Amino acid sequence: MSKVQQQENSSVSQQDAEYMFVAERVSKSFPGVQALNKVSLKIRPGMVHALMGENGAGKSTMMKIVAGIYIPNEGQLYFKGQPIVLKSPRDALGKGIAMIHQELNLLAYMTVAENIWIGREPRNMLGLIDHGQLFAQTHALLSKLGIDIDPEVELGSLSIANRQMVEIAKAVSFNSDLLIMDEPTSAITEKEVEHLFRIIAQLKAEGKAIIYITHKMDEVFQIADDISIFRDGHHIVTKTASEFDHNSLITAMVGRELSQVFPKEDVPIGDIALSVKNLGLKGVFNDVSFDVHYGEILGVAGLMGSGRTEVMESLFGINPAKEGEIRFDGRQLKIKSPADAIRSGMALLTEDRKKTGLFLSLSVGENMQIASLPDHCNMGFVKQSEVDELCHQMVGKLKVKTPGLDEIIENLSGGNQQKVLIARWLLNHPKVLILDEPTRGVDVGAKAEIHKLITQLAKQGVAIIMISSELPEVLGMSDRVMVMHEGKVGGILSRAEATQERILALASGM
Amino acid sequence: MNQTTTVASLPATKKRKFKLPQEFSILLVLIGIALIFEVLGWVKRDQSFLYNPQGLLIMILQVSEIGLIAVGVTMIIIAGGIDLASGSVVALSAMVASSFAQVVGYDRAIFPSLGGLPVIIPVLMGLLIGAITGFINGAVIVKMRVPAFIVTLGMMVSARGLARYYTGGQPVSMFTDDYLWIGSGSNPVIIFLAVALFFHIVLRYTRFGKSIYAIGGNVQAARVSGINVGKNLIAVYTIAGVLSGLAGVVVSARAQTGQSGMGMGYELDAIAAAVIGGTSLAGGVGRITGTVIGALILGVISSGFTFLGIDSYLQEIVKGLIIVIAVVADQFRKKRAS
Repeated sequence: MSKVQQQENSSVSQQDAEYMFVAERVSKSFPGVQALNKVSLKIRPGMVHALMGENGAGKSTMMKIVAGIYIPNEGQLYFKGQPIVLKSPRDALGKGIAMIHQELNLLAYMTVAENIWIGREPRNMLGLIDHGQLFAQTHALLSKLGIDIDPEVELGSLSIANRQMVEIAKAVSFNSDLLIMDEPTSAITEKEVEHLFRIIAQLKAEGKAIIYITHKMDEVFQIADDISIFRDGHHIVTKTASEFDHNSLITAMVGRELSQVFPKEDVPIGDIALSVKNLGLKGVFNDVSFDVHYGEILGVAGLMGSGRTEVMESLFGINPAKEGEIRFDGRQLKIKSPADAIRSGMALLTEDRKKTGLFLSLSVGENMQIASLPDHCNMGFVKQSEVDELCHQMVGKLKVKTPGLDEIIENLSGGNQQKVLIARWLLNHPKVLILDEPTRGVDVGAKAEIHKLITQLAKQGVAIIMISSELPEVLGMSDRVMVMHEGKVGGILSRAEATQERILALASGM
Repeated sequence: MNQTTTVASLPATKKRKFKLPQEFSILLVLIGIALIFEVLGWVKRDQSFLYNPQGLLIMILQVSEIGLIAVGVTMIIIAGGIDLASGSVVALSAMVASSFAQVVGYDRAIFPSLGGLPVIIPVLMGLLIGAITGFINGAVIVKMRVPAFIVTLGMMVSARGLARYYTGGQPVSMFTDDYLWIGSGSNPVIIFLAVALFFHIVLRYTRFGKSIYAIGGNVQAARVSGINVGKNLIAVYTIAGVLSGLAGVVVSARAQTGQSGMGMGYELDAIAAAVIGGTSLAGGVGRITGTVIGALILGVISSGFTFLGIDSYLQEIVKGLIIVIAVVADQFRKKRAS
């Protein structure tokens, strides 16, 4: 951050009432990750302030702090000129800050009206809920926003797009002065986007401030007054929208030099290991075709929700595809379950370590050996010393920091947990290794080691598919890069063709 | 893991700290409770509670019946499920096994023409009944995705009804000597210990056992790791059913009668034994050794109170408290450890 900016920040005080909201040098870290680093932000009333940046840039973390969901490690927030401390979302709502979440947090079995007013229902003289009044005020709210939904239907019966509209109505119902919208258009159609933009214009006219997170370029230029760019947990720049164009915006988002050294070595590329043709799963992805060769690292880029994880999970039999064909070493394969995929020589390091990877209550050893037990069994009995010996070698090879194989894995750091999961699959000697965000939530040291390991594996002839949200990682490691956009392959770039700008352009469908 | 020598001897990792087994704390609780009764015994009755072979045998016999069920329930809970049907399955298998275990020439027998069958027939019938009910539980849970709580609750009610319907509520007795032998002396204890040891080994040293921990620990991760979740779950419920069936055989042989009211409330005692012994209802955590100690704690409490001549209602109150206290203490221990 420049000196000038710092001086500006420190001069922010209670007098700065021209801003609806000011954040001053806010930091937030999670175990192993500095998600936000001394970020400052100023939001003007009656304006739409867009936040942009790559996945993991810190936008969502920042917004969760503004909405009281996360408590910052340092920094100060000001709302309408007054310093505030937010301890919970309820706190933020009470002060007039509402957030529309990226994931919908609504109750499927309650009515639209109940969802909107939950915890604030109008009550009659006996203290019981006044349903007549409840539906009347919901009706009033929805018609003010021009939303045509019956307040009395169960929310679960609505389409995703309509649920999103209810979520928006709910945020408006708090009469908040600051509304945060985290990718509100990711699940709705063009027509509803227009509707949303009309609502936003209405809110602006009422003098409310809106913070708008999005990945979509065209949308930003259509709606934003101010644009702030985040990168790697830092605030990079804030300008009015008219001062940006497509190119300067992308450059600012990507910005950084390839400072980290990726130990990618050129290795001879072998035959096609896995060939995927016209793979499709209704409503998730369609017509996905690609090959990966032995010794090759195929990077997969794309925004969240672009279908990259879903394609790989489908390939691995977690949610098998309905259309298309998969060929392994030239032979057609039917993969109905992960067990099938493992048997045919595939391995998948899943994206969400906690949800689909770790057995938190089990030991390091048990976590490591679970997938390779079939190879180390005699009449159903595990050859424990044999498999433990292999695990020990893995611990040494991958430099897993653990007191021993019988340490409960929950006590290890994120990076070491990730190494254990990688070791789980290496014990199986896969021919095709799919890595979904292999370095997410991993500290820098472990990250470099994981990169080195991936390169080594490619050298040994393993075909590697690596999904990553970090462009430098994709660019640094991949022989080719497949970019996904809205459930389709946006394009496949060779190492020479791949630049941050081109990947970002393909990923946002430009 | 259990190969401690390997772990300690490898230079790649730090030397392993000596850790007490998880069951150690719960074993101390067992000893503590027994000693309290010992002291109270001398104070109130001027007698030893522990040096009382007759009383202890009765206690251990009772523990064996609950314990047989608890071994199966422990495996189900480790796999992330629950079994409420075990007590009723005890009754049903006791009734069915009994009906095939009657002597020759007893004119009021259920099957007068089938008197004096070799003992293996009634035993297999009891185990088969258990296997069928357990398989149904597992299959409905896995294939129809109904919560285990609901499925086994339904089985609990139906199996009890079937046990009554089988003889119109009449008890069955007049067993062959071979069948009675199963329940005589300390045989039930030997059966229980053999079963507990067998499944202790299964859980710790087989792929099946490790799969059960994995499924209970994180079912999605287990699937991604290539484990056939459905097949393993059905197997666990079937095994637990067989153990309930075995308990039915033992109970009826020991009581020398089969009655449809047998095993009433055993399912909750078995769950309590598992939980006291450190099995987590969240799944993925638990050991047979802990469950055995848990069952012993329940047994010591009830026989201790009987020994002191304390009201049985008061017994229940204390038993309930002990269950909750045991789990609270375990939570504290875990928090301190981490």
